[in-house]
Amino acid sequence: MSRIDTVFAKLQQQKRKALIPFITAGDPSQQLTVPLMHALVQAGADVIELGVPFSDPMADGPTIQRASERALANGMSLRGVLGMVAEFRKQDTATPVVLMGYGNPIEAMGWETFAQRCAEVGVDGALTVDFPPEESHEAFEHLQRHNIAPIFLLAPTTNEARIAQVAKLARGYVYYVSLKGVTGAGNLDLSAIEQKMPQLRKHIKLPIGVGFGIRDAATAKAVSALCDGVVVGSRIVQEVEKSGAQDVAANVGKLVKELRQAIDQ
Amino acid sequence: MTYSYPDKDGHFGPFGGIYMAETLIPAVEELRDQYLRFRDDPEFKAEFEYELKHYVGRPSPVYHAKRLSEQLGGAQIYLKREDLNHTGAHKINNAIGQALLAKRMGKKRVIAETGAGMHGVATATVAARFGMECVVYMGAEDVQRQAPNVFRMKLLGATVVPVESGSKTLKDACNEAIRDWVTNVESTFYIFGTAAGPHPYPMLVRDFQCVIGNEAKVQMHEMIGRQPDAVLAAVGGGSNAIGMFHPYIEVPNVQLIGVEAGGHGIASGSHAAPLTANAKVGVLHGNKVYLMQDENGQIIETHSISAGLDYPGVGPEHCLLKDIGRAQYVAINDDEAIAAFDALCRYEGIIPALESSHALAHAIKIAPGMGKDKVLLVNLSGRGDKDMNTVAKIKGITL
Repeated sequence: MSRIDTVFAKLQQQKRKALIPFITAGDPSQQLTVPLMHALVQAGADVIELGVPFSDPMADGPTIQRASERALANGMSLRGVLGMVAEFRKQDTATPVVLMGYGNPIEAMGWETFAQRCAEVGVDGALTVDFPPEESHEAFEHLQRHNIAPIFLLAPTTNEARIAQVAKLARGYVYYVSLKGVTGAGNLDLSAIEQKMPQLRKHIKLPIGVGFGIRDAATAKAVSALCDGVVVGSRIVQEVEKSGAQDVAANVGKLVKELRQAIDQ
Repeated sequence: MTYSYPDKDGHFGPFGGIYMAETLIPAVEELRDQYLRFRDDPEFKAEFEYELKHYVGRPSPVYHAKRLSEQLGGAQIYLKREDLNHTGAHKINNAIGQALLAKRMGKKRVIAETGAGMHGVATATVAARFGMECVVYMGAEDVQRQAPNVFRMKLLGATVVPVESGSKTLKDACNEAIRDWVTNVESTFYIFGTAAGPHPYPMLVRDFQCVIGNEAKVQMHEMIGRQPDAVLAAVGGGSNAIGMFHPYIEVPNVQLIGVEAGGHGIASGSHAAPLTANAKVGVLHGNKVYLMQDENGQIIETHSISAGLDYPGVGPEHCLLKDIGRAQYVAINDDEAIAAFDALCRYEGIIPALESSHALAHAIKIAPGMGKDKVLLVNLSGRGDKDMNTVAKIKGITL
């Protein structure tokens, strides 16, 4: 059983919901990313989404755009991100790590090389925002060969036929984008998520994580009640942004603990 | 041979596609379905043609640049005068077409990205014409260098949003327009300005722009009883070029030459010429194309004197035409474009856009080596009024 499947199976047994924090690799610095990943786990993260910075993050709001710019200015590359996961795995062999980003850095590396390196360093899944199922045939083939889970997005605009299509391809978990908008948007609508869930469940037998627009403990708790896990990105990246190098791990840890407690209550 | 692209999934051979975030996939699929429905609808076609004739002022003439040709002493240079269109460039052809689709799809709000501002002005114009709300995204650097067009858009009732992220040029304006679209996907129609982006945009923009080449074929036949030896057009995203080239693809013995922005020279790395510089294939803004990027797949900043060509990618159909050898792509540097700009002002009394000046510059370069019986048709895609500040600055003049 893969690390992702193991984690979700255990959570289900305990009747708990997954907490999936997102940070951008290389933000605030390359040195601090791995310590930050460990801090996330200590504070209660079940899965880590590690952002691979891209020069043109079209699906992201200003917070994650700035994080990407900082990371690129720090010299972060996909190669470097894979190295960080290898470093992380020296101490943590249990927590799943999913790389999240845009397709072009992977295209530049080549999908086969990417999938092989993921398997070598201990990456568990890959989410490429701008690669819908229609354009993912090649990617899927290489990821599957190396047992890397392709994580797909579903959105409020996704119709039933597409949900069924994604259900066939997805592994690990499915990421439901809670709102029409970019990451960190302020228009979260709980009742809309609740209404969409039965249609998603009808086809998706994997765990469903929900993200975009979860900004505090209260929204994390409310959303977690509707699905199997919550993804929190922009709020955590904000904490990274306003912290100094000394206290970033402590501040982010404190925030993630609050989210953990709220979800578990 | 029969040339028939894109395929039903929007691929031009290995290029094109729909590389978009999930939220927008249903929107591009709806657009595709609606376009395929209306494309051959006689009422839609009649309305499009009516607007082109009575609002845009089509057909745009073809003009024999005799004095310039004599001066060069070789091939005869003819100009397809898209600069004479309402709003001053070819962009209006596409903006009208998409606005008519938006109207049929019940969208009351349109958005656009713009580089030089010509597509922004065209979109603001059709939004006013059809009574739609209009928001135009423009890189902050372009807002500076194309100030007159910003004012024009505002006069036309559009909101112009300067984009401060990234390189503050066309690609960043595109990113921001996509962010708006994903947020307002139900109310909003994205009037995309060039023959690139996710399917169906490369196809529908091309189709709306093909009026250029279709007219030119008739006009050349009327004027000289044959087709030109070569047609030339500037290529940024490539909409004016594909509009001119596409009707000529299956016409034998007509060379197709796309002219990219060479900036400070290909060797300098400071340019916007992915095809000429043999850039690697990559994915940006919804399609797989030749794309200027570093070894890590990050998009690199481009440079061109012309804001409209200052873009790291190029439309998927041009990538295919390059690969199959049907079109050739070359680059013209900033200084050569300026020299061509000056030449057309002085010899023909026509002030061309800096974008179009690139195509003209290549014609000026090759004409002297050709016989006087040879004919080059240059797509003069826009007029240069918007470039007064840029040109004055280069010449060290304060307006």
